[in-house]
Amino acid sequence: MAKINMSLKKNEMPTQAPDVRSRNFDEVALGYTKEMAMDEAMRCLGCKNMPCVSGCPVNIHIPEFISKIKEGDFEAAYRIISKTSSLPAVCGRVCPQETQCESKCVRAIKGEPVGIGRLERFVADWHNTFCAEMPEAPQKNGHRVAVVGSGPSGLTCAGDLAKAGYEVTVFEALHTAGGVLVYGIPEFRLPKAIVAKEVETLKALGVKIEANVVIGKTLTVDELFDEGYEAVFIGSGAGLPNFMGIPGESLKGVYSANEFLTRSNLMKAYLDTPETPIMKGGKVAVVGGGNVAMDAARTALRLGAEKVCIVYRRSMEELPARREEVEHAQEEGIEFRLLCNPIEILGYSNPSDPRDCKNGFVSGMRCVRMELGEPDAKGRRRPVEIEGSEFEMDVDTVIISIGTSPNPLIKSTTNGLEVNSRGGIVVNEVGLTSRAAVYAGGDAVTGAATVISAMGAGKTAAAAIDEYLKNK
Amino acid sequence: MYKILEKKILNPTVVQLWIQAPMVAKKAQPGQFIILRVDEDGERIPLTVAGVDAARGAVKIIYQIVGGTTKKLSYKEEGDFLCDFVGPLGEATHLDGLRRVCIVGGGVGCAIAMPVAQKLHEMGAEVTSIIGFRNRDLVILEDEFKACSDTLRVMTDDGSYGEKGNVTMPLSEMLGAGKQFDMIITIGPLVMMKFVVATAKPYGTPVTVSMNPIMIDGTGMCGGCRLTLNVDGKRVTKFACVDGPDFNGYEVDFDEAMSRGRMYADFERHAYEQSCNLFGKEKK
Repeated sequence: MAKINMSLKKNEMPTQAPDVRSRNFDEVALGYTKEMAMDEAMRCLGCKNMPCVSGCPVNIHIPEFISKIKEGDFEAAYRIISKTSSLPAVCGRVCPQETQCESKCVRAIKGEPVGIGRLERFVADWHNTFCAEMPEAPQKNGHRVAVVGSGPSGLTCAGDLAKAGYEVTVFEALHTAGGVLVYGIPEFRLPKAIVAKEVETLKALGVKIEANVVIGKTLTVDELFDEGYEAVFIGSGAGLPNFMGIPGESLKGVYSANEFLTRSNLMKAYLDTPETPIMKGGKVAVVGGGNVAMDAARTALRLGAEKVCIVYRRSMEELPARREEVEHAQEEGIEFRLLCNPIEILGYSNPSDPRDCKNGFVSGMRCVRMELGEPDAKGRRRPVEIEGSEFEMDVDTVIISIGTSPNPLIKSTTNGLEVNSRGGIVVNEVGLTSRAAVYAGGDAVTGAATVISAMGAGKTAAAAIDEYLKNK
Repeated sequence: MYKILEKKILNPTVVQLWIQAPMVAKKAQPGQFIILRVDEDGERIPLTVAGVDAARGAVKIIYQIVGGTTKKLSYKEEGDFLCDFVGPLGEATHLDGLRRVCIVGGGVGCAIAMPVAQKLHEMGAEVTSIIGFRNRDLVILEDEFKACSDTLRVMTDDGSYGEKGNVTMPLSEMLGAGKQFDMIITIGPLVMMKFVVATAKPYGTPVTVSMNPIMIDGTGMCGGCRLTLNVDGKRVTKFACVDGPDFNGYEVDFDEAMSRGRMYADFERHAYEQSCNLFGKEKK
């Protein structure tokens, strides 16, 4: 065994230069080379008690796969990861490792943790590049399970059940599989080809994907049981975007982040001659401070905006987006207007010419400055308006990214499915809903959260479904 | 893939298609809509269901050629396939308990109004239909309306067919003469629906309007189809895809909806021309 690499810092992730990448939709992070990966792997101490594994929602056997990287056996490393994760190339890119596996890494006590996420990505990309072989579909056990939604929770649940021999059909409302991975997360953070490849792998395992089926409309959950499915997993995702309830939110040029990102990602409005339109260029304000806000801001920039700013009512310390995303956004020139809250979106109006084509479009945004007051029940300092500090921002597009409320379609068409006051489906610790044989997970349960927590929920539910059907 | 079973040109800009989509056909009710994509790079457009044939597993759609996508769709022939076709989406028109109903349709909106009129007729309700078009060449579905209406008034803006004038004239005349309706259901251009509401207002007759805003997913995810209702003095945001497409006409902020509907007017015109150039040449 080679010596441990005692460097206090992770191997840097090669990235496209900020001034180059802010003009294209290619992936920002380029991935480790083989040499970098092996060097980084040498930083892992291979702790016996494996603290990192407890930080992973899908319990990837981290030290084990890293030891295979040390040996240069990347395919073996891939096999270890894919035992517990159905979407390794996705997780290696979008997981917030700094608050999960890497936060538990012993190396982080003095210096930076091992770059676990970067290594995971390297292994998955290596496999996708050099191994054309698809997994074989396991022996079927004759039981059928329906999965609603092909986002991270649904795909994970489907993958685990297929590996256990179940006949799984995934129903997707949109025309393409992937859920938020295709409509929400932009190409420059997660190339669509990677999602498509992961979906192909699941199909090879025997998972059937039925696009253009809206559960709750085209078919109901009850009809799925009538058709012979013995269990149903609902991973229908986050729902309707929230708005602020301030004047001007219906002006032309005001988008929800969901709409803006869907137009650009799923509907390919970023292409030169798109069929789906999107407002490009000009001055853009993105309201909100989460990862979705960062994605929307960086997408707007790449679509050709002259100036993009994030408007957030608290300070940098409370800003919920991943550090890495914030840093990337800052490097690309996105301005952060912190402690600042919109109170009205202003529209252009030319009363002397009702046919003026600019009428009804956004012309600015009135904001008020905020300061942090006393901590609230959750311990977060509450932002308070500073009286008399109103000012106007010169913008022509406003993208509102302040969260979503769960989708009402399944709840309203499924008898006996209990939801909480916020509309999220109520589940127990293994994902079982108030209906027998109906499980749920991901944003449909929790409201907007991360890809990996949705995957964790899909995984837990898959195990519970297996247990339930075995004992039925 | 979804096969085009039948194609019929109803007038120079309006086309009727029967699409093979058994799952949608099994469920679709009057007032609901579908979303389709013509091809792999196409945009998603919502179209209201104009009829179903459950036995054949087919759904009828009627659309007007207005932009790039509908132009491209118009080049598809019987036996061709559409890439995507999903539905039925939205809430069905609430018809329970209605005994006397006035249906007011304008232009291609008549295609959507028709299944509602038919359903009411089947339910035994008294159906009064007023359908309006710009001129004689654009009149569609007259026979179908005749078959399911107790009274039918056909209007054209220029008087080249039926009566001259817009749809609010006979409506105002009937209401003024004391004609009672449990409900007026109106489907057509926003400005027409706005004036139908204004016409009915003095008489207090309830009006249901069918909104057709810009949409993408149609399942309650993107929020692009939002519109504002004035409910008891409060402004409330609703989403046409899951809360509609039908709304109480007295509550809808039509001016805002009209403004939002024009958000991509320039883009659409350009796409339409481009589509004509691209596919028109290929056709010949």
